[in-house]
Amino acid sequence: MEFKDYYKVMGVARDATEAQIKQAYRKLARKYHPDVSKEKDAEARFKEVGEAYEVLKSPEKRAAYDQLGQGPRAGEEFRPPPDWGAGFEFSGGGPRDSDYSDFFESLFGARARAGAGTQRGAFHPGRGEDHHATVLLDLDATLHGGARQLTLRVPEIDADGRLVSKERVLNVQVPKGILAGQHIRLAGQGARPPGEGKPGDLFIEVEFLPHPLYRTDGRDLYLDLPVAPWEAALGAAVKTPTPTGTVDLKIPPGSHSGTKLRLKGRGIPASPPGDFYVSLQIALPAADDDKAKAAYAAMAAALPFNPRANLGV
Amino acid sequence: MTSSEDQPLSGAIFEQSALLTVKDLSRMCAVDERHIVEFVEEGVLHAVEIKSTEWYFTGEALRRARLALRLERDLELNLAGVALALELMEELERLRRELEARR
Repeated sequence: MEFKDYYKVMGVARDATEAQIKQAYRKLARKYHPDVSKEKDAEARFKEVGEAYEVLKSPEKRAAYDQLGQGPRAGEEFRPPPDWGAGFEFSGGGPRDSDYSDFFESLFGARARAGAGTQRGAFHPGRGEDHHATVLLDLDATLHGGARQLTLRVPEIDADGRLVSKERVLNVQVPKGILAGQHIRLAGQGARPPGEGKPGDLFIEVEFLPHPLYRTDGRDLYLDLPVAPWEAALGAAVKTPTPTGTVDLKIPPGSHSGTKLRLKGRGIPASPPGDFYVSLQIALPAADDDKAKAAYAAMAAALPFNPRANLGV
Repeated sequence: MTSSEDQPLSGAIFEQSALLTVKDLSRMCAVDERHIVEFVEEGVLHAVEIKSTEWYFTGEALRRARLALRLERDLELNLAGVALALELMEELERLRRELEARR
């Protein structure tokens, strides 16, 4: 198992004061909190920082951790010493949702939880706790509905009292028209209560993977549609992909780059359904042969056009 | 607790289901009812206007309440801080979408 240098993770000295550790934690937590951060690996970094803080903020855990010294050299296996933790009493900080590293679990896991008691699931006696998960779905799942294999990570307490994260694969019928941020509720798929009683529910929050063509905004879909300059200028009927198949789209004469056309009700099939917006992007033909060059030259000769007129030049 | 391959589990879109009470939210978020009430008092959650002595929330309140709880716990924010963070996050989200639309 890998030794974790919690001081290094937090970026503090080994003799840092409690105030310095708290300050470092708050700064890092704001930087890497998955709800706030746009940093890469924010979630992994946030877990690491949370675990380090869990140990360093508690005088007992920190003192016990400090006894381990600097740990083995990089690449060496770490094993907790046989007399580990003797003489220290850990009061559990209360279990969090996230899972800890093996390193943390081997040092504080079972012991911390033994002290933490059973405050979870106490909010509705006789009924199991509700579970929550977030999944990334392809946009087609909501456009057309359909079954998807979802892999969830579920925290579980194993026989030794350690919090482990188990994989759970569920085959779920995705309701057509579900929007990002909404939940699929699977009744009875949450935690089982100790003893008799109804299991809790499983809430799966949905987010979408980027789609190669469409961008989503709530229930609306957006597509950038390339058009030729003459199609925009003179108007045309062009083919455009939509979630429900190819349609002929009428481009009004005098359109320009960025003109938005709305196809009502052709967005995500929620209730009410979203709209489908086509944003025109003018694509220029390459002037890479004599014929094309002559056509551009003829246009330049025929049109008294100054694209920089409103810049005053 | 696993489903068989050929029989997919089906569930409804939670946000379209019935309105939620303080008790429902407390159970789903695994927090005290008092905590949910404080969220309302601080403007973190908004009860929908309904002629009744009890507060009701739309399904969207679940996501918001859970987000607020995560911010509270992980960033050690107080309620006013959570309310402010949520407002700023929403504003940021709106601006990001607008920026995206203008590209």
